[in-house]
Amino acid sequence: MTLGIFRGGIHPPDKKEFSKDRAISVCSAPARVVIPLSQHIGTSSKAVVKIGQPVKKGELIGAAESFVSASVHSSVSGIVSAIGEFPLASGRMALSVVIENDMQEEWAGLQDNPDYEKLSVEELREKVKQAGIVGMGGAAFPAHIKLSPPKEKPIDAVVLNGAECEPYLTADYRIMIERTSDVIAGLKVMMKMLGAVRGYIGIENNKPDAVDIMRNAVGSDNSIAVLALEVKYPQGAEKMLIKSVTGREVPPRGLPMDVGVVVHNVGTAVAVYEAARYGKPLIERVVTVTGESIKEPKNLLVKVGTLISDVIEECGGLASDTAKVISGGPMMGCALSGLDVPVTKGTSGVLAIPEQPIIHYEHFGPCIRCGRCIDVCPMGLMPSMLSIMSKKGLYEEAKEYNLFDCFECGSCTYVCPAKRPIVQLIRLAKSLVKP
Amino acid sequence: MDTNNKDRQFLVSVSPHIRSEETTSRIMWSVSAALLPAAAMGAYFFGPKAVITICLSIITAVLTEFIYQKGMKKKNTIGDGSAFLTGLLLGLNLPATVPFYIPVVGAVVAILITKLIFGGLGYNIFNPALVGRAFLLMSFPKLMTIWMQPTAAFVKMDAVTTATPLGILKEEGMQKLLEVFGDSFNLYMQMLSGNRAGSIGETSAIALLAGAGFLFYKRYISWHIPFSFLGSAALMAWIFGGKTALFSGDPLLHIMSGGMLLGSFFMATDYVTSPAVKKGQILFGAGCGLLTMLIRLKGGYPEGVMFAILIMNCLTPMIDRGFRTKVFGSDRRTAR
Repeated sequence: MTLGIFRGGIHPPDKKEFSKDRAISVCSAPARVVIPLSQHIGTSSKAVVKIGQPVKKGELIGAAESFVSASVHSSVSGIVSAIGEFPLASGRMALSVVIENDMQEEWAGLQDNPDYEKLSVEELREKVKQAGIVGMGGAAFPAHIKLSPPKEKPIDAVVLNGAECEPYLTADYRIMIERTSDVIAGLKVMMKMLGAVRGYIGIENNKPDAVDIMRNAVGSDNSIAVLALEVKYPQGAEKMLIKSVTGREVPPRGLPMDVGVVVHNVGTAVAVYEAARYGKPLIERVVTVTGESIKEPKNLLVKVGTLISDVIEECGGLASDTAKVISGGPMMGCALSGLDVPVTKGTSGVLAIPEQPIIHYEHFGPCIRCGRCIDVCPMGLMPSMLSIMSKKGLYEEAKEYNLFDCFECGSCTYVCPAKRPIVQLIRLAKSLVKP
Repeated sequence: MDTNNKDRQFLVSVSPHIRSEETTSRIMWSVSAALLPAAAMGAYFFGPKAVITICLSIITAVLTEFIYQKGMKKKNTIGDGSAFLTGLLLGLNLPATVPFYIPVVGAVVAILITKLIFGGLGYNIFNPALVGRAFLLMSFPKLMTIWMQPTAAFVKMDAVTTATPLGILKEEGMQKLLEVFGDSFNLYMQMLSGNRAGSIGETSAIALLAGAGFLFYKRYISWHIPFSFLGSAALMAWIFGGKTALFSGDPLLHIMSGGMLLGSFFMATDYVTSPAVKKGQILFGAGCGLLTMLIRLKGGYPEGVMFAILIMNCLTPMIDRGFRTKVFGSDRRTAR
């Protein structure tokens, strides 16, 4: 009963069985957290604490100083021991605040406001902004911006993304099962903030129990529809999800607001609800720790700033055959060179996989023009041509094949029989020419 | 913190981190396997000579690629199965009566001139096996058109020569063809099983369809090229194929005769030399069918599949440029 189906897409093995039945458990508090001041798209927040200063859990440590930015809060109570450049999962360095945990878990200013539904739109926006909420599906775009669209872009629908189309990951699934009412409450807050009359929750059909539970919880509320979507990667990509749920197509380089839609991840909805009701900042998130090489796969509630090495330890450590550790999912995640990088607001999963011939190719063959990449590209591009042009250094010409419309979902590279690193070649071209 | 994780090294590469199990070589070997039923039927009807012709073609094709790459100090690619497949296709496209040097010369032309000199797999403009065959047909027109009567007696070596059904149709008409095969039911049954004169691998419709079914099942080919090929050829045969009036031709006979099935399912569908965009593939296939029937009905040769595919191979780059995909969310085609 969905309105649209997007073209292309792939069906990789979903591998969710490792962790899907593991209820969310709280990750033991680390002795030390490393909290980057820039965990989001936009300008970095500015440190407002000094070395040696005691901080409480939830206390502001990095203040957003421009519109496209997000505040950062301490996830533990303790003492600031260092402020300096530390590596992120992406390999880049970021100014970070290191806090020694005193294990007291002492909160700063957290209070229940059961009448949060009566707050004005302006008050809600301020709460979301204060809480430093960013998109938790992976892109980490500051949430308050998407929730404050310009007047000339009226929003009629809010779409919650529960597709979780990346293989292995189950964090959103567990959130939908275990925090059903909070997800719906968050959606209602967002609908109020945007003046939207319709709310949708899009869930891939490989999670029928999540669809049922969500439908039961929504009950007779006609403003919210729970949709079971075709199981197809990248169903959870913003533009594809909007097409599947509403039938609308976001124009190239356009934003969802251009077609009257705002999309948020189900985890973000919970964070918005907690910010609106309790004034709780975003300092912890659900992370799926999984893969063939993780001894005990789990869905963990992890404090932002916990090192990935600690998180893996919580799950029994790595098997000896581990070849690759990935922050995020296997299709769009980032391979790690070391494990001492922090979990951030956008870390949806930690994945450890053994070396298999299908994950690692040093040699690739010539393009045989089979057209598989063209058939699966959800954006309607010709990845084969883009890869050939990039390989030859014809970066400007690649723009004629709509280089910058690619959002690097990896479907082309997944299906390529010649094992060409198409996404890598596209990224190279993108980095060498101006859009 | 776990100390034994400290010094571990991990693979780092750009996403995606998982890949499908499909590989170029797996596709090539699977297509070769899909041709085995046709090759087996060829061996059954045309005897040991057919087997030897196919084997010589394959061995020469693979050896040519091996020697060229050794000599040019290039990476050896015979394992990808593409040279084997080209050799097999060329062998299946030859009459069983040809002397032994014919498959050898054809395979060298196919692999060396058509594929390797253009840059190897993925860079050739024309279907290598078909260029090999076209070269042979034009250089040795006599030898390439001596057809053997199928015997199904594996040891009998004194072959009787005859004409192909398409040859009879062209020279003497439908009446003669029915005379030769008895009645039309018998004619279709013999065409289906492959008990008729023709190239080694093209005669058995049932074997070719079985192989094509396997390729469809594995999704190695899609309906676009073969069905538009067969569809446009059938339409042309129906409209213009009759000797007396329009709309009196026999489309089924034309589809099952000559190299139509082998060509449409196994040769026009070659990835490298056909368009990559589906809409372009429909035009490509329709063009193949049209040209085939033009040659069969009006041209100097009784059979036109080979030239039709080669001509459409030329047009592939243009078709690919003309039929770009539509970018999501716009009416814009890829490219301005």
